Amino acid sequence: MVSQTSSNANAVRIPALGLRVAALMLLSILLMVYDNRNQQLDTVRRAIGAAVYPLQIVVDTPARIWGWLVDSSTSRNSLELENTRLKIQQRLTRAELQQLTALEAENARLRDLLEARDRISGDIRVAGIMSVDTNPFRHSIVLDVGSEDRVYDGQSVIDANGVVGQVLQTGLKTSQAILISDPDHALPVEVNRNGLRTIALGTGQFDQLDLPYLPNNADLEVGDVLVTSGLGGAFPPGYPVAVVSDVRRVPQQPFAEVKATPSAALNQVREVMLIWMDQPEAPESEANTDDGEVVEQP
Amino acid sequence: MSSRSSVGTFGMLMSVLAALALTIMPLPAAIEAFRPDWVMMMLIYWAIVAPQKYSVGTAWLIGIVMDVAQGTMLGQHALTMCLIVFVTIRFHLQMRVFPLTQLTLTVMAMLSAYQFLLFWINGVAGVTAPATVYWGPVITGTLIWPALSMFMNGLRFRRG
Repeated sequence: MVSQTSSNANAVRIPALGLRVAALMLLSILLMVYDNRNQQLDTVRRAIGAAVYPLQIVVDTPARIWGWLVDSSTSRNSLELENTRLKIQQRLTRAELQQLTALEAENARLRDLLEARDRISGDIRVAGIMSVDTNPFRHSIVLDVGSEDRVYDGQSVIDANGVVGQVLQTGLKTSQAILISDPDHALPVEVNRNGLRTIALGTGQFDQLDLPYLPNNADLEVGDVLVTSGLGGAFPPGYPVAVVSDVRRVPQQPFAEVKATPSAALNQVREVMLIWMDQPEAPESEANTDDGEVVEQP
Repeated sequence: MSSRSSVGTFGMLMSVLAALALTIMPLPAAIEAFRPDWVMMMLIYWAIVAPQKYSVGTAWLIGIVMDVAQGTMLGQHALTMCLIVFVTIRFHLQMRVFPLTQLTLTVMAMLSAYQFLLFWINGVAGVTAPATVYWGPVITGTLIWPALSMFMNGLRFRRG
């Protein structure tokens, strides 16, 4: 009787509350430091992530139903129109592809002549984006594939037009990817026209990238296409990233102010593609010892 | 009598789950920065009305779930939520007798402190984000608090 009244009383005294808070704070600080230093906590994340998964499904469902409704209520007429359009597009793409096969063969022949390494080619699969919002401090998306589907941390994410971002954390069934527009994301790129290498930084805006490390006399024009250089090792080389939209050369500043517009529609994509890079077997040193001097040429 | 109303653990859990769902629900990009901190507000509410039912440990666990759901550093939300809930529990008797305007202002201070702690931890860890990400939720959270607390009170007393 006495214990019941005390537990229901207004003046609640929780024993050693301050001590508990102090202990929990210490624990969280340790967790954060550990999480930041090395990625050993992935299993913990994955376990809790599996518990959050149903909630993500629930949140994603309305958007999915809406998409289904839109799909199933399109008229026959518009479907036929779309079909025709897609057929034409398919024909054009195939024509381009024929050329590509020839080019690829030629490229391989030339690379053979130079004894250069083959370009990294990879396996590609399509992944859907879940209508789930995450980290408010980052530009990120949630993909509906996870480590079950062989997704790994740092994997490149592209869409039909260009690079979208890379996988930041993989869960069991979902994974989170950071977009190239995130202020903390930097991407090694090169100018397709002349091979000028630089780094593209995210700005926090979906439609703009910054290229802050280009000198005033850099050979760069509005409209130049930037492609991944593959130097960071995270992205395969040769994928389009952005188009230069603004070059401002300020004489008294050491660097030019260059802006670029991402090729991928970062805030509109519904489906993306993941690239599995096949690392070439032969390490670089081996390729050089064969006939190292031949490769060096003006 | 208000504190005697029955608050089921189930109801509490459901409300926090609903808050979490609202937190990860997609919003148009224009208003995304102004999404209120639903989970934090729900935890403050429960800390005021039922501090005997749950305490800083539960808040910490919910914070960890929040960290995983949002993909932030493991422990970031846990630390801040546990600290804010601690302060709320310390002052819950005063906050219960506050008139609504005063309570709303207090909650605004709590939400600001919450965002400031997140900002601080981000700063130490080197995560940069625009300022609206931090201020937006405080503004909308303060505006929504009276409605949220009345709604929750209504639910609580209808059940009890």
